[in-house]
Order: sequence, then structure tokens, then C-alpha cells
Amino acid sequence: MADRERRMTPPFGGVFVASARVMTRDDMRRAIRRMAHEVIERNQGSEDILIVGLQTGGVKVAENLVKALEEIEGREIESGCLDVALHRDDIGLRPVVPEAATNLPDLIDGKIVVIADDVLFTGRTIRAALDAICHFGRPRSIQLAVMVDRGHRELPIRPDYVGKNLPTRIDELVDVTEEGVDLGVMRK
Amino acid sequence: MSLDFETPPDLSKHLLGIEGTTREQLELILELTDRFAEIGKRPIPKVPALRGRTVASVFFEDSTRTRLSFESAARRLSADTLTFSAGSSSLSKGESLRDTVEVISSYGADVLIVRHSMAGTPQRVSEWTNASVINAGDGCHEHPTQALLDCYTLKQQRGSLDGMSIGIVGDIRHSRVARSNVLAFSSLGAKVTLIAPQTLMPPSLNNWPVEVSNVLDDVISDLDACYLLRMQAERHSKGLIPSLREYAKDFGLNGRRCEMLSKDALILHPGPTNQGVEITAEVSTDPRSIILDQVTNGVSLRMAVLFMLLGQHETSKQDEVQE
Repeated sequence: MADRERRMTPPFGGVFVASARVMTRDDMRRAIRRMAHEVIERNQGSEDILIVGLQTGGVKVAENLVKALEEIEGREIESGCLDVALHRDDIGLRPVVPEAATNLPDLIDGKIVVIADDVLFTGRTIRAALDAICHFGRPRSIQLAVMVDRGHRELPIRPDYVGKNLPTRIDELVDVTEEGVDLGVMRK
Repeated sequence: MSLDFETPPDLSKHLLGIEGTTREQLELILELTDRFAEIGKRPIPKVPALRGRTVASVFFEDSTRTRLSFESAARRLSADTLTFSAGSSSLSKGESLRDTVEVISSYGADVLIVRHSMAGTPQRVSEWTNASVINAGDGCHEHPTQALLDCYTLKQQRGSLDGMSIGIVGDIRHSRVARSNVLAFSSLGAKVTLIAPQTLMPPSLNNWPVEVSNVLDDVISDLDACYLLRMQAERHSKGLIPSLREYAKDFGLNGRRCEMLSKDALILHPGPTNQGVEITAEVSTDPRSIILDQVTNGVSLRMAVLFMLLGQHETSKQDEVQE
């Protein structure tokens, strides 16, 4: 969970209290490795693959996915990052933070774009990301890789690659860090 | 009217001037501008951030750059734009300023971008409307977005304004740009020198954090940036300078003075330029001139300002945020 989600989740000014560790560092490493293999299997190789991490939580996931793909395929994999704050339908809810940058390659036409994010929840971030990516060009296809799918979708969006399916209550929070994945709640 | 400058202004509602703002507020706007500059480089330089919002430009004085860049900034953020210009309006039928502002507000404008020849007009307008107000230049008072884009342009070139020596040359007395820039440059850590004939200096320089010179040739070689102002003939009462030719000879940036300028100094001008008066054509195209960068950055900076006023209003009211 990125800092801005933490700041913006009610009760405001609360702290995240973890109740259970649902993935360890090793679990995450193995999940990334498996997803990398699935990406290659689905696309019959790694040709034209472009991994795009969503600011801010997805950037680390994207980095790790790229590293795993490069190890398996022995070639360089293209990557970028995207801040969808300005494309969201709930704008005003989230502050645009100066440090969250967008950096995509100049040409994304014909690429297979794999969006990487930490947690898939309502699907609204992904809708915004689809919108933003289509402003940059016309990829051959867009796929979605997430570390955790916690359910509660509000839009017809599904992930192609999932680290872990995690049933949650709607008021719970999922915190993805380098140490692992925690399930918990915000407390004042 | 006395204004309270003890507490910094709330920049999420109005941007009326640089006066009173803190260094942190200015730096936040400059950082936001970086993000919006990136949007300008995309194949489709447009984001839906301000969809459904209406931006009205209310100009009682002529403008090319400020109005066009505000309007293109608004469109890049998908806001709708309304344009009012004094020349073709009911002002000529005697409609008052207040009525005009109320009419524009009732068309649903969320922000009014106001330029007027009287100092203080944007402040007054902000008392008559619920919309946000941006000062786009009021008389000889302030022009905050120009100052911010100048700071952004200098920061883009040099990384920081800290310790820079910036000379502002020309018609300081009538220049709202100079006023806003003195405040912004010094707030960000630069040392400012005002350079003009004594008749074009403001009547009082009390409390201005500046040094003063009446001879450009004395100080030009010490400058890291040379900021030229437009000679504002329309605001002059007669007799402040003997002639434009004499002014150009003593204070214009020409090829000879350009050589005295240090080789990594920067040349700025807020535009429009009077070529042959404050600047010669050869100097406008000198590699040290960043006048065109100023124009380009104007759009990104104004996107940041519009977004600051319109994009984040409901943050504290909303109680539901989803990942």
C-alpha cells in the first residue's frame, strides 16, 4: 500500500494495523516467478512485451516482474511506469503527488502491454490505466498482473496473472511491501 | 484596505499574488508543474482531470500569452472554457464590473482568470463570486503565474534558484511582473538586483529584498540571469525617459552588452518584446535566451495552478477512497 493510499483511507490520520501476514517475502518471490512464466506461456515468448507499473504500489511489482522475465528469457524486457491520478473518475479524492511520475516508451503501438499493480480491488484504477494507455497509442493487447486480487470489483475487469487470490472484507486493507503482504484495518 | 499577510494565503481557493506565500507553497507548485509538463509531451496531450469544470477567462486588458496559455492549459485538463474580452462585451453598454462577474459566475464558471488595469481587481472579484479567482495581471500590482513560470524556467535550467544573481532590467515602476518576480525569486533564494533609470523605479523600495543600480553596464557581468521587462508605454505619463532611443542605448540588451554577460548567464523576457528597445533581434536568438522556454512552460505551470484550485477540492469531504 502506497503512502498516499494510507493517507487517504478513512479514518483519516489512522494507522494501519496488520492482523495477518498472508504472503511472506519468499511467497512473493515465487508468485512473481510463476507470473513471469505465465506471461511467457500466454504470449509464446517475450517478444513485444512491455511491463507497465502503476504508481506508486505497482512500480515495485513491475520491477520484480521485469527482473524475473529477464532471467528466464535472457534478454532485456521493456518497462515503464504510469500515474493514473489524472485519469481517475474519483479525482479529488486523491492528491496528485509530485513524486509519482509517468514514464512510458515513445512507441507503444503493437506492443503487448502488461499492467502491473500491487492490489486489485474495485477495478477503478485499472479502468483509468486502460484509458491513459490508449491515449499513448494502440497496443496489440493489454493484460493485467496483480500481486493480490482481493475481490469487491465494481467494474467488469479481471486480472490475467494473479499472485494470490485473497478473499477480504470490504473494510479491510491489504498492504503490500517488500517484506510481504499484510491484511489489516485502519485504526484511529 | 489592509491585507493580512501574516498567514499564508489558501492556494487551494484563489491565486491572487505571490505576496504572503511561503517558499514551500511555491516549491510545491513548481514540482507539480513537472508532472504536467510530462503530459504536454504525450501523443495526445490531454487528461480528463477537470472534466465538467468550467474555466472562464475574464480579460479587461489585452493579452496573447496569458490568455492562450490558460485556455490551452484548461483544455489539456479537459475543462470547458468561456472567454470574455472587454472589447466585444456589454461593458460598452455600461454594464458594471460586478454585474459582469456575476453573469459569468452564473454560467457555472468554477474559476475566473481575471486581468484588469486596476490593481486589486482580482481580490475584489473574489469577494463577489463563489468561484476561484486567479490573478492574471492587475495594473501595476502582481502577475503571479508569470513569476511562477519564470521560476520554473530558471529551475529547469539550473536546478535551483538558491544563490542565483538575477537582474531585472527596465520599467520596474509600471511592471506587475517585476513585483511578483522580486517576491518569488527572493523567496526561492535568489539575489535580485533592480536595474533602471531612477524615473522608472517605484517611488518606494521599502522592504523590498533587492539591490538597486541605475547603470546596467556596471552590474551586467555579475548576473546569472538577465530579466528584461517590456517598456510599458501604455502606462506611462509623459516624461519618464527622454526617448525610447536613449533608453535603448543605456538599458537595452544589444550585441555589445550580450558579450559582457557571462557565458552561462540566461536571458529572459515575459513578452511581448519591443524589439530594438529593451532587446535587439540578435539577442532574442542568442543561445542563452530562454524566452521561448518561458512560453512553453507557461502552459504546464498554468495546468498545475488550475489543478491546484479545481482538482483537489473534495479531498477532505469525501469519506470513501478505494485502492
